[in-house]
Amino acid sequence: MKINVNAKDYTLDVPDNTSLLDALRVHLNLTGTKYGCGEAACGACKVLIDGHATPSCITPVASVQHKAIITIEGLEKDGKLHPIQQAFLDEDAFQCAYCAPGMIMAAVALKEKNPKPTRQEIVEAMQGNICRCCTYPRIINAISKA
Amino acid sequence: MNKPGIADKTSGRGISRRNFIKVLGGGVAVVLTWTDLNGLSRSLSAKPDEGSIAAWIHIHENGKISVFTGKVEVGQNIRTSLAQVVAEELAVPVDSIDMIMGDTMLTPYDRGTYGSLTTPQMGPKLRKAAASLREALAGMAAEQWKVDKQAVQAKDGRITHAGKSLGYAELTKGKKIVLPVNEQAALTPADKWTVAGTAVPKVNGRSFVTGKHQYVSDMAVPGMVYGKILRAPANGASLVSADVTKAKISSAVTIVQEDDFIGVTAPDPQTAANALAKIDARWNTTPQPSRAEIFTYLKNNSEQRDRGESKQEAARQAFSTAPVQLRQNFEIQYIAHVPLEPRAALAVWEDGKLTVWTGTQRPFGVQEELARVFSMSKDNVRVIMPDTGSGYGGKHSGEAAVEAARLAKKTGKPVKVVWTREEEFKWAYLRPGGLIEAAASAGRDGRLTSWEFHNYNSGSAGIDTPYETGVEHIQFHPSKTPLKQGSYRGLAATANIFAIESVMDDLARSLQRDPLEFRLLNLKDERLKNVLQTAATKFGWKEKKKAGHGYGIACGFVKNSYIAMCAEVTYDPSAEQLKVLRLTAAYDCGAIINPLHLENQVMGCILQGLGGALFEEIDFIDGRILNPSLSTYRVPRFADIPPLDIVLIDRKDLPSAGAGETPIVGIAPAIRNAIVDATGIKLHALPLIPQGLRKTT
Repeated sequence: MKINVNAKDYTLDVPDNTSLLDALRVHLNLTGTKYGCGEAACGACKVLIDGHATPSCITPVASVQHKAIITIEGLEKDGKLHPIQQAFLDEDAFQCAYCAPGMIMAAVALKEKNPKPTRQEIVEAMQGNICRCCTYPRIINAISKA
Repeated sequence: MNKPGIADKTSGRGISRRNFIKVLGGGVAVVLTWTDLNGLSRSLSAKPDEGSIAAWIHIHENGKISVFTGKVEVGQNIRTSLAQVVAEELAVPVDSIDMIMGDTMLTPYDRGTYGSLTTPQMGPKLRKAAASLREALAGMAAEQWKVDKQAVQAKDGRITHAGKSLGYAELTKGKKIVLPVNEQAALTPADKWTVAGTAVPKVNGRSFVTGKHQYVSDMAVPGMVYGKILRAPANGASLVSADVTKAKISSAVTIVQEDDFIGVTAPDPQTAANALAKIDARWNTTPQPSRAEIFTYLKNNSEQRDRGESKQEAARQAFSTAPVQLRQNFEIQYIAHVPLEPRAALAVWEDGKLTVWTGTQRPFGVQEELARVFSMSKDNVRVIMPDTGSGYGGKHSGEAAVEAARLAKKTGKPVKVVWTREEEFKWAYLRPGGLIEAAASAGRDGRLTSWEFHNYNSGSAGIDTPYETGVEHIQFHPSKTPLKQGSYRGLAATANIFAIESVMDDLARSLQRDPLEFRLLNLKDERLKNVLQTAATKFGWKEKKKAGHGYGIACGFVKNSYIAMCAEVTYDPSAEQLKVLRLTAAYDCGAIINPLHLENQVMGCILQGLGGALFEEIDFIDGRILNPSLSTYRVPRFADIPPLDIVLIDRKDLPSAGAGETPIVGIAPAIRNAIVDATGIKLHALPLIPQGLRKTT
């Protein structure tokens, strides 16, 4: 099986039913993408698939073989953070930060489509992401400022 | 990653005074003993030996500054705030300090990171240790220059005097000095702070936004396999038989069976899960209480433990003659912590020694648990706690660590166990449910005359009323819980203060008094009055509200910090829709060490509390949890978050208290009281919706 992650091609030998999340974390050692619930309810595992923020935990890796996958590890360019990453850092928009990679990926997808989202648009786009530490207002600020 | 298998360099209860300079190499260190800590707090029980080390700060001969503490980082940002107080006293930039935390080999024994104790206990003592180190360095420089010690100054990592200066590294080079805390070393007062008291960003923040930080669930070592554990179908079930033959789905799968413990390992988690699903197990279940009868059950199974001389009769006597009487029960459901990173552990055995990386608030407690399970000396068990994906009081135990270690021992390979969300809901522990019975009375002058308060099962934290009550009888009754329960942010204070503040509000309404004025009339504590007034002013409590809108207020204090909350709500009965329109909080925890991270703590605590206030509840029938997933157990999300205004009161004249718990206690009663104001409906259960408003309309 072949997949393209962060503009690199990989060949994988994985068991049946393997999720994209396990493929990334276990087989490619890209552990920035997190497990949170296993049922697409928390957003910790979101990655970009052809530009769409998608929960990787319920996405079979076999279904994304001809698509462009971007993970949190693929955002930094030449040592420079993506503007959303920088905004999260500047705003200190997290506590334990376990949700941060999924949040950042969802926010990147939102900003690609809508560079100047309103507060309400941010809330709607981010509704699938849980921050259990609940620093939601800071995350909204970070996305607004990025 | 630290190399496993070096658990033997130090004693099992953390590093000892004798051997640590050997481990660390040369330099100058100040050690802080438990005796030093006890001077500050007598509340520590089960202390290790007097004189054993509690924490220390070391300046290596190369100038590197390391702070060693058994405390752990779970998102509350003590890695940053403790570094700040040390940097302040040592006169160095905060990024020159390396915090070594929560590693049973490298750091001194610590009972755990809970109870809002890090900031009030470890913080001041690390300040004292840092000041002692600064004084010692100043003394060395003064001796070298043959000048009076009072004439030299510490600045930017150097000791200076009359145009001369020596860096800390130059002073510590070739030295092997271990010093006790110097009680005479002067601390920088909070109003002179330049590093502490400022918004220092999260230490290592960049590694979190890039996904590079390795949580335990992200870790891997060569040859590692993934473990999965067979679980019972319900609480109280026991294994009758298990046929594991079909689980051997490939040669790489190993099945481990030891009595009731059955686990599988495989080179990847999917194969392990596939194998586990093939085990044919039969279970014997026993009848267990269900949610429908839980409050009767908790009361019927409770103890009548008394707190000293009972004033129950006196309270009842005063109640019976009072012109305004209120008697009310409150029901508090069990809720889950839901740390976004579930329990995880990676265990490695090497030459009979065990090393486990695990996300826990009590690494030394888990070390003891492992030593007990494997009947081995603590000296041969090392537990390491990398910064973890949150806890909220929910990660005091070491289940995943024990499971990973059992599988690793049997398979002879490193094993990682990461719990699923369902396991975390079902097999971790919960915030206790509870029943509260309250009876209170007041005179026509608006002053309380009696107060009787019983809490069954949820706990005694925050049970004492802050109000002047006349005669009072307050009692916590421990009970038999059908579900595993344990610590949680604020413990029972969320339940007790919800009941206290609901009673106070209802009494105010019976007396036709303003709920804020009624509280102030019955309060003596100036700090609590101050947060109430500050929140009310910021909120616009006295301003006219729109038709159909309700204002609510509540306050509370636990663990030396003070919260007051105001809420504005509307309720649309036809749509059965409650809207929390805005929240205002005022919070006082003494001198603020990091205003940015304090605001994160207060904000996070309040908004997490919104879940327990409005909709979080564990549903269960016959010992089975019915909503063990994030699609069925609702936690606060972006759309639930109302505008939140936080006023932080910086009391530079007072010691800093911990802030991870108290802010959670005010939100539920503030919203509840706002609902009463908007609709006249008095709710007496947590969570408040969905069932509450529907039932009563």
